[in-house]
Amino acid sequence: MTMTKELFAVLLTAILTNNFVLCKFLGICPFLGVSKKFDTALGMSIAVIFVMVLATAVCYPINAFILVPNGIEYLQTIVFILVIAALVQFVETVLKKYLPDLYKALGIYLPLITTNCAVLGVVLLNIDNNYNFAASIVNSLGGGIGFMIAMIMFSGVREKMENCDIPKGLQGLPITLIAAALTSCSFLGFTGVVDNIFKL
Amino acid sequence: MADNKKCGLGHEFTKGILMENPTFRLVLGTCPTLAVSTSVASAIGMGIAATIVLTCSNIAISALRKVIPDKVRIPAFIVIIASFVTVVQLLVKAFVPALDAALGVYLPLIVVNCIILGRAEAFASKNSVAASALDGLGMGIGFLTALTCMSTVREVLGSGTFLSGIKDLLAVFGDVQFNGFTIPFINSHPMTIFVLAPGGFFVFGIMIALANYVAEKNGKSKAELKGCGSCPMAATCRVKEEVGVS
Repeated sequence: MTMTKELFAVLLTAILTNNFVLCKFLGICPFLGVSKKFDTALGMSIAVIFVMVLATAVCYPINAFILVPNGIEYLQTIVFILVIAALVQFVETVLKKYLPDLYKALGIYLPLITTNCAVLGVVLLNIDNNYNFAASIVNSLGGGIGFMIAMIMFSGVREKMENCDIPKGLQGLPITLIAAALTSCSFLGFTGVVDNIFKL
Repeated sequence: MADNKKCGLGHEFTKGILMENPTFRLVLGTCPTLAVSTSVASAIGMGIAATIVLTCSNIAISALRKVIPDKVRIPAFIVIIASFVTVVQLLVKAFVPALDAALGVYLPLIVVNCIILGRAEAFASKNSVAASALDGLGMGIGFLTALTCMSTVREVLGSGTFLSGIKDLLAVFGDVQFNGFTIPFINSHPMTIFVLAPGGFFVFGIMIALANYVAEKNGKSKAELKGCGSCPMAATCRVKEEVGVS
């Protein structure tokens, strides 16, 4: 029971209080770049969730059974980024061959994800936080869902902003960032929520 | 960018600092810019670490540009960059542990900083070693300058201090007593929102607006998130054609 409770706390923390995009600034490039339309934002987020969970599932055993026993933890950065790059390539090839429909929907976002700091970030954060396998997977899932919520919220904000009369100096990127600031404000409201629910 | 060769090596160095500033003009490396700019000391540390990695990786990639096959260049670049990041990471852990604690996960994440891969792809893989070294150094200093500007605003308004914690950074050079300034009044009434996440986005937005204003006065185009244009993955990625970005 405590285990489930713990995992649920990790999940909610990753989604709400420590939202990857809006609180930790991981994965800002896709957040600003592909959030203009709802459909694109959704596709990108699903691809990110998928790759984040998969990357954690692969990197955790590599770290625990190869790097740590041999005392070569300092190679983590190199190994993880290579594993993620290879994994993304592999997933792309498999999807293309066996699930062409899914590939059509998600495939185009996959190459972008290799250099997405949210993916490498979640793998490194899981190790920094000493999470076990289950908690790592849940944290990655939460991080991905948090990314999706932020993307979807922000794409809504941007669609509304299309019809606004924006001062000349702020048009384009500056107003997008200021809108992101306001979206991020909304997540400040969740500070402490998880700690209080679970009495941590 | 690469067609500026005729202006000489000096131009490769200076362009990154102002007119092609990676952060404010090319809008690259946004994640670390927003994340570490809460205090000037950690921003300077991050800027120096990124500059070292950027210069070294530019030199290595430029020297190897004829050896690396075109098809596997991105993974090859990533491995080179990751090696230098590991070197810097170990050095920081050994000599400036306080900076390692302040930057946390963002130190290894220099690997995926798109400024570095972006410069490798757009410049170092096409130009001579000397030009690439200067380009890397210039871009790195541009990044450092941008981080310092952002963090100055955020730290002064958000915590009412300036250069607080610089002591730990200067500890490499011996025992330094100087540990930053305290800004009167703001220090007792800080606008905490500036050091929180929303403040980061807000200050960054205002900074880009200012950079656009200055650029327009000088007859340059506005900084736009080109989405894919400046993204290092642009060549291999089809998001732009199929769905459109930004």
